[in-house]
Amino acid sequence: MGKRKLLEIKDLTVKFFTEDGTVNAVERVSFDIEKEETLGVVGESGCGKSVTALSVMRLLPSPPAKITSGKILFEGEDLLSKSEAEMRRIRGNLISMVFQEPMTSLNPVFTIGHQISEAIVLHQKLSKKEARERAIEMLRLVGIPNPEKRYWEYPHQLSGGMRQRVMIAMALSCSPKLLIADEPTTALDVTIQAQILDLIERLKEKVGMSVLMITHDLGVIAEMAKRVVVMYAGQVVEESPCEDIFENPLHPYTAGLLKSIPKLEGKKSRLHVIEGNVPNPLNFPSGCRFHPRCFEAKKICGEKMPSLVEVEGNRKVRCFMRGSFPEEVLAIERAGRN
Amino acid sequence: MAGYIVRRLIMALPVLVGVSLITFILLNVVPGDPVLEMMGKHVDPLTLEKVREQLGLNDPLYVQFGRFLFNALRGDLGKSFKTGQPVTQMIMDTFPTTVKLALSSAFVAIVLGITVGIISAVKQYSFFDHAAMITALAGISAPIFWVAVVAQLVFGLQLKWLPISGYSSPKHMILPAVVLGIRFAASIARYTRSAFLEVIRQDFIRTARAKGLAERAVIFGHALKNAMIPVVTIIGMQISGLLTGSLLTETIFAIPGLGRLSIWALSNRDFPLVQGIVLFTAVVFVIGNLIVDISYAFLDPRVRLQ
Repeated sequence: MGKRKLLEIKDLTVKFFTEDGTVNAVERVSFDIEKEETLGVVGESGCGKSVTALSVMRLLPSPPAKITSGKILFEGEDLLSKSEAEMRRIRGNLISMVFQEPMTSLNPVFTIGHQISEAIVLHQKLSKKEARERAIEMLRLVGIPNPEKRYWEYPHQLSGGMRQRVMIAMALSCSPKLLIADEPTTALDVTIQAQILDLIERLKEKVGMSVLMITHDLGVIAEMAKRVVVMYAGQVVEESPCEDIFENPLHPYTAGLLKSIPKLEGKKSRLHVIEGNVPNPLNFPSGCRFHPRCFEAKKICGEKMPSLVEVEGNRKVRCFMRGSFPEEVLAIERAGRN
Repeated sequence: MAGYIVRRLIMALPVLVGVSLITFILLNVVPGDPVLEMMGKHVDPLTLEKVREQLGLNDPLYVQFGRFLFNALRGDLGKSFKTGQPVTQMIMDTFPTTVKLALSSAFVAIVLGITVGIISAVKQYSFFDHAAMITALAGISAPIFWVAVVAQLVFGLQLKWLPISGYSSPKHMILPAVVLGIRFAASIARYTRSAFLEVIRQDFIRTARAKGLAERAVIFGHALKNAMIPVVTIIGMQISGLLTGSLLTETIFAIPGLGRLSIWALSNRDFPLVQGIVLFTAVVFVIGNLIVDISYAFLDPRVRLQ
């Protein structure tokens, strides 16, 4: 069982210590990614999904951010106990990241070729010339026409989609085992989005890597992921295989997200919205963090925090109405842990 | 590139004519008679009139100005009323001294300012940052004549480390260069810090870190070149200012440079000399700005000179 796991996040808690108070950005988040698997993480802005990803890279700005507890096991080794020098050998080499903003994620004053070669020279110990050949090969692989010429161009000479391809080329240039894609298509046109997702899917097969796909777009999840983790207000609220979550969402929040996707077929009605706002992370509501917006909320939901419990064998949910009531919940959780 | 430079220089011509015209008008409206200043108060009116006629001061103003422009185009800025020497000659005699002072203080300022600015930005809100920025603020705010006098008192008279005035050895340059450089260093440090702070929050810095680059490579490889773009503007403009002579510093330290010559020309109502120095100053600024704009193209590939 343990052998197939590439990344295991266990009880990760991240806090931001700001002047206004302590922000509980991520609270006891746990999930795994298997080798060559694509895991989707969905949630609204500010739910903690990017913070989780940056924690894996150990790239959170500290201060104000601090990982206060938890483990991040990569191939069985805890990334949180590694030195900065050890992390540098992992970043861009074993674990790479593609960011949301292709327009600003490339350095405007260096050629894209230089920026790709830089990582190759650093991790693969190749000469500059060999690195250039490898970079050109990567540019060709991500579908950039005329890569020999593009190598010498600057980011401003490329469109957003092309820049994201360059980011992917850069991320994959050292054949990482894990690619973290943080909203890689959010800033792109719809037609380009599909191309970029296709590209990631195709290269995933080729390189044999796992992908952590972070998005707020359930469409992207449906396209890419086998399993989905749904995050809300810094916590995991549901984890399910992809097909189950679309057919039968367990958590009321997941159900709300699914209903708020516009449909092309069938009867036209007003689009569903989840009432209320994302809670302020400086001051989360008591009990279940979703209860003020939940149409199924009972009295207990405002009093006690539900745990993430296993249901139906391969699914997990954090909801009293789907799991069971507190005493039983705790018992099940204890049983599930040991 | 060559075409761009030629176009920019042609575009500078109206600027230079404008500067000359404004100086000419100002010189003619301020009180004080250059001939009286030159000949002394007890000169007989007939001689006075004769000299006026000779110097062309009796011609209508537009004729005088036209003559100045026409001669300036041929590189002749006229002769000093007071000494009779060609103005170009006088400027060229004093300019090298000013250049030496300007470059040595610019060197002090750039090395000090950029280093302090980078450390302050990287260690934002540290003790070093606070101390450096308060010192820099003091450096910008303190009037230069005060700093100069204090420096003379402390390092010249009390400690007797350095000569307090004159210009006969490299040692004489140290105090004036540092006094001039401090203010310049202070503004460079503050600009570098804020430019750096802006750059290190950019997404591409996170990308560079995500590649596995060491912090040093991130700062000096990825951040520095971006942060230098605004700083170069400040440096360029300030160096132009230094090159045209610092009126106060040169006067206080008795350095025979362009700054002191300007003061001397003004107090003697030496019209051609003042005109010549102002025009020369304008030319230096035009060229300085041009060099700054050209250096942008090297720092920032998004800038294309056209």
